[in-house]
Amino acid sequence: MTSSMFQVRIHGRGGQGAVTGAEMLSVAAFVEGRHAQAFPSFGSERTGAPVVAFCRIAEKEIRLREPILEPDCLIVQDATLFKVVDVFAGLRPGGYLLVNTNKTLAELHIQEVVARLPHGHSVIVPATELALKHVGRPLPNAALLGAFAALTNVVHFDSVKRAIEQTFSGKIGATNAAAAISAFEYVMAQQQPARVA
Amino acid sequence: MLKQIEGSHAMAEAIALCRPEVICAYPITPQTHIVEGLAGLIREGRLTNCEYINVESEFAALSVAIGASAAGARAYTATASQGLLFMAEAVYNASGLGLPIVMTLGNRAIGAPINIWNDHSDAMAMRDAGWLQLFAEDNQEAVDLHIQAFRLAEELSMPVMVCVDGFILTHAMERIDIPNQAQVDAYLPPYDPVQVLDPAEPMSIGAMVGPEAFTEVRFLAHYKQSQALRLIPQYMAEFANIFGRESGGLLRSYRTEDADLIVVAMGSICGTIKDTIDEMRDEGIRIGLVTIVSYRPFPLDALRNALHGAQDVVVIEKSVAVGMGGQLADNVDVSLRNLPSAPRLHSAVAGLGGRPITRPSLHRLFRQALVQPWEGTHFLDLNERVVGREIHQTRKRRRSGPTAENILRQLAESGSVAAE
Repeated sequence: MTSSMFQVRIHGRGGQGAVTGAEMLSVAAFVEGRHAQAFPSFGSERTGAPVVAFCRIAEKEIRLREPILEPDCLIVQDATLFKVVDVFAGLRPGGYLLVNTNKTLAELHIQEVVARLPHGHSVIVPATELALKHVGRPLPNAALLGAFAALTNVVHFDSVKRAIEQTFSGKIGATNAAAAISAFEYVMAQQQPARVA
Repeated sequence: MLKQIEGSHAMAEAIALCRPEVICAYPITPQTHIVEGLAGLIREGRLTNCEYINVESEFAALSVAIGASAAGARAYTATASQGLLFMAEAVYNASGLGLPIVMTLGNRAIGAPINIWNDHSDAMAMRDAGWLQLFAEDNQEAVDLHIQAFRLAEELSMPVMVCVDGFILTHAMERIDIPNQAQVDAYLPPYDPVQVLDPAEPMSIGAMVGPEAFTEVRFLAHYKQSQALRLIPQYMAEFANIFGRESGGLLRSYRTEDADLIVVAMGSICGTIKDTIDEMRDEGIRIGLVTIVSYRPFPLDALRNALHGAQDVVVIEKSVAVGMGGQLADNVDVSLRNLPSAPRLHSAVAGLGGRPITRPSLHRLFRQALVQPWEGTHFLDLNERVVGREIHQTRKRRRSGPTAENILRQLAESGSVAAE
């Protein structure tokens, strides 16, 4: 069951749009004709408090209603969470790690986790910075989904873009999509430096 | 039309397609997104000929629905948890008067201690209030049950509560088929009340009834619920004809044909149980599930037929009657009463106040039922260490303090508060 399902856990702080991020990811999978289930960790969504949101993507109906205990991908919206919560709990050996930060993975002191994952499965992206540049607000969720598409290839970037534009209409949708494109390209450059250069 | 949509908003769209004429609601988590969604549909002009009435409390919300229904309007409201308790007197009035109101219950625990998360305590508190109670397994069924609920309520002239797991369903965004207006209109005829307050033909509803007639009124309410046992499968079949999918019914069986062990449950937990059953089936364990959709009326005969071949039955439920045990288990026991060679019944309580119910825990529970069955009520994933220490310290000290705060302090000290 789980092997045919891709499970994403988003860690953030209240106000960063973790829940909306999970929902947009589910819409991106939906526009590709797939099944997806997005849900919040429920309840503790106060500004600044650690929050978790989940998204499952599968080719068939998703019946499972437990929280995601063994994610295939972790999206960390705020690197200060590493000191506060057990972000890496249950991360699958072949999984992916996407961190919103201006620092390097080494500077975040999470090399042990990175070493456990396959080469190229851990990336950073300055998503807040990209959001400030394009959207004008420190909301990294849309940019992180662009980076997610580049990192995992689980959903196509065009689907992410459609999901963002469907969630936010007009200018806000366009600027969030622009942030997502920047983040997508940022990760592609890390993954395939030769080609982009 | 397929949409990737939050459960609450999908329900709001389905309720709007049922053409309610009066909606009155008071917000309470986790039901709020449903009535907010309906308010939005009215504001956008997508739901017309409907009066949305903001009220000052849940008691007022259902009282307004009662008045509207008695005046011949199709009336809807929604609530959860303490909200349902605050409207309790009106809950009994709606059924006692035989008014076909439909109410969504976004299932949530009841305090104290205050808790906003999901369990079935609220539905269980009103299980004997005379309403029909239908439990949704997923958001597609939550959508579909509302459409069936109006049909059922109005045919019987009895109120129906659609129970939907708070957060787990109300706040989950998933792929849901939203019906179109023509389908709903073909299924649900306009409301034709059996009693209506009309100035042109004055009458009263809600007279005082003494010992000479009270028993007969209650008998007829019970009789109507027994009629529902016949109507619910019929309406499910008609629904399948028009909408092209099976939703609702009294109960559903999953992989029970040759099952030695049958699990009985209600609501969103059934999806996780089905995945667990598939995994155990792969290991050669003959296990199946019966999902109860209609809790009131309780389908005693259908359940007896579904369970009679099993050796063991595990009832797992999100509520506990303190001092007695599981209410669903108690009801299932009635269906097995007088059955020759009845299966052994094992009762488990899980998911209280939003505690996640995981496959590993279900695996352990179902295996234990087969190899080392327990007596009484089993509390799934109970932190025995914390409970043991609290019992010990209350024995040692008279002024032992408040239980909830003591448990929280213990958890904080041991650093075992969940990472979330």
